[in-house]
Amino acid sequence: MAPAVQSSMRNALPPPSERSTVLGWLRKNLFDGWFNSALTVVALGLILALLRPLFNWTFNTARWEVIPANINLIMRGQYPPEQAIRLWVVLFLLAFVIGFAWAANTKTIRGELITLFAIPLLLMLVPFFDGGIRLNLLIIEAAGLVGYGIGRFVPEKRSNLGVWALLIYAVVMLVILRGGSGETGLWAGVPTNLWGGLLLSLLLAVFGIAISFPLGVLLALGRQSKLPAIRMVSVLYIEFIRGVPLISLLFMAQVMLQLFLPDGFPTIDRALRALAAVTLFSAAYTAENVRGGLQSIPKGQYEAADAMGLSTFQSMYFIILPQALRAVIPVLVGQFIGLFKDTSLVALVGLFDLLGIARTILGNPNWLGTHQEVYAFIGLLYWIFSYMMSYTSRRIEASLAVGTR
Amino acid sequence: MQKIAASQATPPFYRDERVLGVISQIVVVGLVVGLLGYFYNNMISALREQLGVAIDYGFLRSTAGFDIGEGLIEYSRASTYLQALVVGLLNTFQVAVLGIFFATLLGVLIGVMRLSTNFLVNRIAAVYIDIFRNIPLLLLLIFWAQAVFFKLPRVQEAIIFPGPTFLSNRGMAIPWGVPTESWPTYRIVLIVGLILAYVVARLLKEQGKRTGRMPLLTLWFLVTFVGVAIVGWFALPQPLTLTTPELVGFNTQGGRVFSQQFMALVSGLIIYTAAFIAETVRAGIQSVSKGQREAATALGLTPFQTLRLIIFPQALRVIIPPLTSQYLNLTKNSSLAIAVGYPDLFAVGSTTLNQTGRAIEVFSLIMGVYLFFSLTTSFFMNIYNQRIKLVER
Repeated sequence: MAPAVQSSMRNALPPPSERSTVLGWLRKNLFDGWFNSALTVVALGLILALLRPLFNWTFNTARWEVIPANINLIMRGQYPPEQAIRLWVVLFLLAFVIGFAWAANTKTIRGELITLFAIPLLLMLVPFFDGGIRLNLLIIEAAGLVGYGIGRFVPEKRSNLGVWALLIYAVVMLVILRGGSGETGLWAGVPTNLWGGLLLSLLLAVFGIAISFPLGVLLALGRQSKLPAIRMVSVLYIEFIRGVPLISLLFMAQVMLQLFLPDGFPTIDRALRALAAVTLFSAAYTAENVRGGLQSIPKGQYEAADAMGLSTFQSMYFIILPQALRAVIPVLVGQFIGLFKDTSLVALVGLFDLLGIARTILGNPNWLGTHQEVYAFIGLLYWIFSYMMSYTSRRIEASLAVGTR
Repeated sequence: MQKIAASQATPPFYRDERVLGVISQIVVVGLVVGLLGYFYNNMISALREQLGVAIDYGFLRSTAGFDIGEGLIEYSRASTYLQALVVGLLNTFQVAVLGIFFATLLGVLIGVMRLSTNFLVNRIAAVYIDIFRNIPLLLLLIFWAQAVFFKLPRVQEAIIFPGPTFLSNRGMAIPWGVPTESWPTYRIVLIVGLILAYVVARLLKEQGKRTGRMPLLTLWFLVTFVGVAIVGWFALPQPLTLTTPELVGFNTQGGRVFSQQFMALVSGLIIYTAAFIAETVRAGIQSVSKGQREAATALGLTPFQTLRLIIFPQALRVIIPPLTSQYLNLTKNSSLAIAVGYPDLFAVGSTTLNQTGRAIEVFSLIMGVYLFFSLTTSFFMNIYNQRIKLVER
């Protein structure tokens, strides 16, 4: 370093050209010295060796017809086809609520929102969707726009209306999905053991996240508490749950939960038991992540809040938690992605989520030997949702400008 | 103003923080204990009705009567449930150790690749990380087992790698050392070598502290150990003989065979965990601020010294805690072996549960084992964390 600085001072060369050419880029990024050039060649070889068979399989060998033939199963499991309209209604309402909540929270249109609105339109381009599906997608788009339009009239100080709308939506959605007690008709009851596929995976993930998050925050606060008994209870819970595999909790929930309850207690359905296990599991991890955030808050913040005369609750709610949570957004999102992926474990206790339904399809003699195609497709579905979550988290992180050094 | 001052002087008991603290603790503990006690009571009475006895570990001594595909110790149908569970435990161990070792190698490699200035290398690592961090491990394991390892050709048409290594639907057969009579002696030689290497490293460290020139401790440690190992190898009459697998009829003979299930499980765990380790390593190295490197260069340290004395110690502080939790995750995730049919602790436990119906006993044993690993590890991690933590005030 040192000699280079001296010589450049002596010779005072003109600054290097900022203009980047293709060749310049190549030299800088790929052929910078013999070592880098060798690496580039090896990497190229590796990519070709992997991509060639992959392309060949994707476009020649793979029997992709198994996917369109079973797309309904993959999307909604055994949910009765004649009631499928209810699922669409749920989606219409979702689009409406998202549009409304978004508009209620921010009055400016952002890139993410445009992306969101583009999704139904893009889905309409999928080749094997028929006219009915396309029409429904169009209604989704319209519902979203209407929701956005109404949301714009929400006054600035009522922006938490959006959150309330989402909460109400969660309840309404469950009611619509579950239906009444009848056997037939549009409002027939659909027991949860018929919910399946992507529908079940997403429901488990969304409710798991929504319930485990507040629980985890409480546990984290409990672990930081000055009161020894509360701290102890939190630590015991967190360490126990984090010490055992999720699958053991899932099995336990299926086998033993009923034992814990008194005789004659109505049987809790399997999906709910799985949800309970996933939620309790995730809460312990959320707690540890939030604790990381709490520890990153300098002591001065606590002291300042005390000096201002805020109560413990006030100082937590207004001063500490907002900062602590913001600091751990990326970690939390990572953990929520983990939760979404972990919902696949419910397939092992006999539920028909994405993975479970994939195994059912593969059990069908018509589709023998299509493991690669089916698993690749549901892997893609998992990937898309997980990647969307991590992408969003990166955008939030960037817009809050945390994590920059 | 006066009102506030007055109320601060003598707060009523329902606003006194100490009273509130005591009350809330009593309430919380009471709720927790009450709930657990209630569950326990219900469980005991339900079990009495179903099985006669509430909780009884006696079944562990009765004959298991089921086969286990593979194991590290002697086991047959006539063995007891306890022995079956020990076989499972050792299998879990084997998967965890091998998995952790190779996942670390692959993870560090990819993490370093991710920091490469070479565009292609960098992109390959990024794509790898983005793919495997975003799909469920269980899916990967099942895919790996059913779409790859269970579809391998028959033994007669095995894929042969130089070595020779046979890859077929009977698993992977690799060359393996078989101990001879002198092996026990050689093992002692290795242990002596380890102790000697440690002593040498300590002495060098003392000397380094006196003279102020610290030698490369790890290097000297390894040199001593490997030196002793090599001398011992030639001094004793061949402690290990090499057997290579070969094709005999419908099976391979010789060498060591790893079953398909084992291969599917371990490779799935390695590939998945490596993506997370890579991110940990990358974040750790990036967390060392640029100024540190520049300052080291300004002080005249060579690039190697900068890496060894400045970057690594600081990066490790960031890397080690998440790395440990990745190791623990891998160990806990190995319980997914049940999905690919590998008999690990959890799979054996669940067979035992199906046969005996003793849910409480089996679950308490399984969870106890996993909990023991986790708690010991996190105990040592906490000590380590306390030692390296940056002290604030």
